[in-house]
Amino acid sequence: MSDQNKAPEPEQDEGVVLTDEQKRRRRSRSIAIGLVLGGLCLLFYIVTIVKLGPGVLVRPL
Amino acid sequence: MSDVASREYDLAHAGQRPDEAPYHASVADYVALLKPRVMSLVVFTALVGIVRAPGSVHPVIAFTALLCIAIGAGASGALNMWWDADIDALMTRTRRRPVPAGRIAPSEALAFGLTLAIGSVLVLGLLVDELAAALLAFTIFFYAVVYTMWLKRWTPQNIVIGGAAGAFPPMVGWAAASGGIGLESVLLFLIIFFWTPPHFWALALYKSGDYERAGVPMLPVVAGPAETRRQILLYTLVLVPLAVSPALLGMAGIVYGVVASVSGALMLTLAVQLYRRREGVAAETAAKRLFAFSILYLFLLFAVLLIEAVVPASFGPAWFGPIWFGL
Repeated sequence: MSDQNKAPEPEQDEGVVLTDEQKRRRRSRSIAIGLVLGGLCLLFYIVTIVKLGPGVLVRPL
Repeated sequence: MSDVASREYDLAHAGQRPDEAPYHASVADYVALLKPRVMSLVVFTALVGIVRAPGSVHPVIAFTALLCIAIGAGASGALNMWWDADIDALMTRTRRRPVPAGRIAPSEALAFGLTLAIGSVLVLGLLVDELAAALLAFTIFFYAVVYTMWLKRWTPQNIVIGGAAGAFPPMVGWAAASGGIGLESVLLFLIIFFWTPPHFWALALYKSGDYERAGVPMLPVVAGPAETRRQILLYTLVLVPLAVSPALLGMAGIVYGVVASVSGALMLTLAVQLYRRREGVAAETAAKRLFAFSILYLFLLFAVLLIEAVVPASFGPAWFGPIWFGL
């Protein structure tokens, strides 16, 4: 069989390759989202204590 | 490619740097979508509404209200930048914004704005007050839909009616702190409402080329500079006595009365100068001066109201009003 009849080797699909700068930006976005979600949890906790008082846990189930 | 997809592609690649794939925004780009400078003014005026409202509010609740109002204002900014990306790309003042510069996809800006809008209204309603949440929702709707999508490209009265969106924050703050709407909060609304046209039209006078290129029917573009100067003067004539009225009605103290009178006289002087100086460098300088001073003017008014509320004993009681009337 001649070389011309050989099936071409499939190209390796590497998908989207991010540069170091893009990876750094994605990481900073992820950290920002994490901080916002953490801050929101803290806010809900503190407001719950403020609105319901320290006795929030002392009540019948 | 559909029109919508084509528009999105064009916008995304309008200012893209060759070494940068689209839509890899930094955190700073998302912060820019929130229009932080506008947000700071909104937070400041809302804070004045909170501290001047009757009754007392827990500092944590006040902070939560301010946070929600700030995020709601930011959401309005993001939705505005999503819708206006096509004209932002044509104006020198706005073409570096994240969407026209190709750093954030329009659809991402839309999702970001909607998420923050819904989140801020829900949190304000759940944690602070339902009326304040309803007012915040209306404010966001008014800015993003009524002003941005409808009025801005349709009528030269865009910033007059749309100015209401910027005037609501002290009312939202007042409602968050007191659960109602008082006469003083309506006055605060009216002060910002009548301040907005002279402020923006002064800017539009020396940036009219930008607006003309983008096809935005700002008053100087549609009616000409002379009519714009006349209307700036008329709105300033309404604004100045309105700004003094909290002192006249006994709602604010003597310091506010003096500051509002003196700074109001200066504002009026600059508006008259702008009305008279119609040619060349002097005309442009007059417009820039009025624009710059209008920011200081509003800041002074609200700063004194804030200080009076925080340290009332130092600034005289509310009986100043009756004295002015000679009672």
